[in-house]
Amino acid sequence: MSKRVVELELATPGVDAQGRASRVPLTADRAPEPGLDQEHMLVNIGPQHPATHGVLRLVVELDGETVVRCIPHLGYLHSGFEKLGEYRHYNQIIPLTDRTDYLSPMSNNVGFALAAEKLMGVEITPRCTVLRVIACEMSRIISHMVWLGTTSIDLGAFTPFLWAFQQREKIYDLQEMWTGARLTTSLTRVGGLLADIPDGFVEKLRDFTKTFPKTLGEIDRVLTRNAVWAGRTQGVGTLTAEEAINYSLSGPMLRASGVAYDVRKDKPYLGYETYDFDVIVGEHGDVFDRYLVRLEECHQSNRILEQALDRLPDGPINVDDPKVILPSKTLAMTDMEAMIFHFKQVMEGVKAPVGEAYIGIENPKGELGNYLVSDGTAKPVRWRIRPPSFINLSALPKMAEGHLLSDLIAINASVDIVMGEVDR
Amino acid sequence: MIPGALREAVARDGEQIVYVPRERLLETMTWLKQTPGQKFDYLVDVTAVEFRDRERPLEVVYFLRSLKRKADLRVKVELNSSEELAVDSVWGLWRGADWLEREVFDMFGITFTGHPDLRRILMWETYAEGNPLRKNFPLRGRFSRAEQVRQALNASPEAHYSMEELSIAEASDDLPEDMRERLKRGERGVIPEPPATP
Repeated sequence: MSKRVVELELATPGVDAQGRASRVPLTADRAPEPGLDQEHMLVNIGPQHPATHGVLRLVVELDGETVVRCIPHLGYLHSGFEKLGEYRHYNQIIPLTDRTDYLSPMSNNVGFALAAEKLMGVEITPRCTVLRVIACEMSRIISHMVWLGTTSIDLGAFTPFLWAFQQREKIYDLQEMWTGARLTTSLTRVGGLLADIPDGFVEKLRDFTKTFPKTLGEIDRVLTRNAVWAGRTQGVGTLTAEEAINYSLSGPMLRASGVAYDVRKDKPYLGYETYDFDVIVGEHGDVFDRYLVRLEECHQSNRILEQALDRLPDGPINVDDPKVILPSKTLAMTDMEAMIFHFKQVMEGVKAPVGEAYIGIENPKGELGNYLVSDGTAKPVRWRIRPPSFINLSALPKMAEGHLLSDLIAINASVDIVMGEVDR
Repeated sequence: MIPGALREAVARDGEQIVYVPRERLLETMTWLKQTPGQKFDYLVDVTAVEFRDRERPLEVVYFLRSLKRKADLRVKVELNSSEELAVDSVWGLWRGADWLEREVFDMFGITFTGHPDLRRILMWETYAEGNPLRKNFPLRGRFSRAEQVRQALNASPEAHYSMEELSIAEASDDLPEDMRERLKRGERGVIPEPPATP
């Protein structure tokens, strides 16, 4: 940067005529320093800045306090997952999917497993389907809770953060019960699941679905009609429906702009067409509408969870195909045939036929796509993640233009990015 | 009939794939977006595929969707790796292509002609090891760990800004000549050959 030193005159509290300490004016009432009034300033935010929600770096050109241009810099968390995937068996890729959108790991696991199953032509069992729906909706709730908590903190409201994280903690406990891990769940396997739900899980989740709407109501009461919250979010970062479509936005970002597109309704997977829930659509496409959409989506997820628990069928969680699913350890140790299948699966992996498959699922952040291309071996030729928050973030420069620097923080928060997925 | 379609195929997930020659890509895409009855108004994704079989051409894959008709279409352009890897940008049709095309440029080295801001996006602008998702790129990268550390330590703070940003701050003139040269060249310059492995 150019070596221009701006000298700040540090005001010291003086004493007024009555001998009382006079108040220091917050804004200096004098002519701008010569040469500064027309010059644009370049401000660097991040990558280590709490309000950028991860290692995102924004270089902002400012005219006074108004954003003229915002140039995002990505890649600080680039881990080359797609490249790594080309060297791994399909089941070995699942741990990588945890680490992309680490705020909703189970949902990512499901998305990848669905793509691999489509590629291999595997039909999963009814119990597995319902359990995966439960996993997806639990993920949506924790992801939206993190979003709500961190965004309210960004805009100065501390209490909703604590309430939201308390609820998130309950789901994390359930995740831990089910998979043994809180963050890196690796829940799915091609053709099934890592494990069936343990005893007491259904009751605990049912308790959660009963108490959770109360917290949502409290958050709603604290934020929605709050003058500060509304003032900071209404009319900020507005995108029209046409713009949202043109920028390929998805998820709550697209729906807040008034486009009723939800992958669960319009290209159903996991039998979502049989659940009763509403697609939440905003009107103005600003930060406030994105907040309302996400808040209401939590209610809808709760509804889906209740229905899924009601209909949870008994039966196996894995498909009955020894070529795809590992035999149980006891069987592998006692039965010759099972041992051979076990050996072949571990050493060679599950082979996928030549071809390609894409499946998009409605992740909390938007449409998560998994595109797999196979050349007939056990490792994909190409594994592409369509990262929803990466694509949503690409509209940030457009949204921030002309707003104040402080609004940029609100707009960036409203995108709901997670850098693990943006940079992959 | 889609104009310019070379051949069609069906993917394993049941979606239709259309192969288009590189010269007619923009024409076909415009037709697909604007023709009533097609109206593919939503660009889902842009990516590229390189096969392990070196003889097979690279594919640039466009995932299109019509939100109204709830229909998907996959458009592919094949590029021979012996030729220049370049296709026309669809930035003018869908703004969502902006970062997606930059990512394909970054990861595969495919140039999108007509893209207004084709820079690397996930790797840094002066990254000189090549394009990570190409099959001839080793998993651990081209440079040794020591070389990577050396380069990172020698990078000056200005290298973290693009030429465009430096011009906003009017700082580009303060830079030493060699750095200005390097920043200007960016990644589009000559990529150093990887050391020969014995």
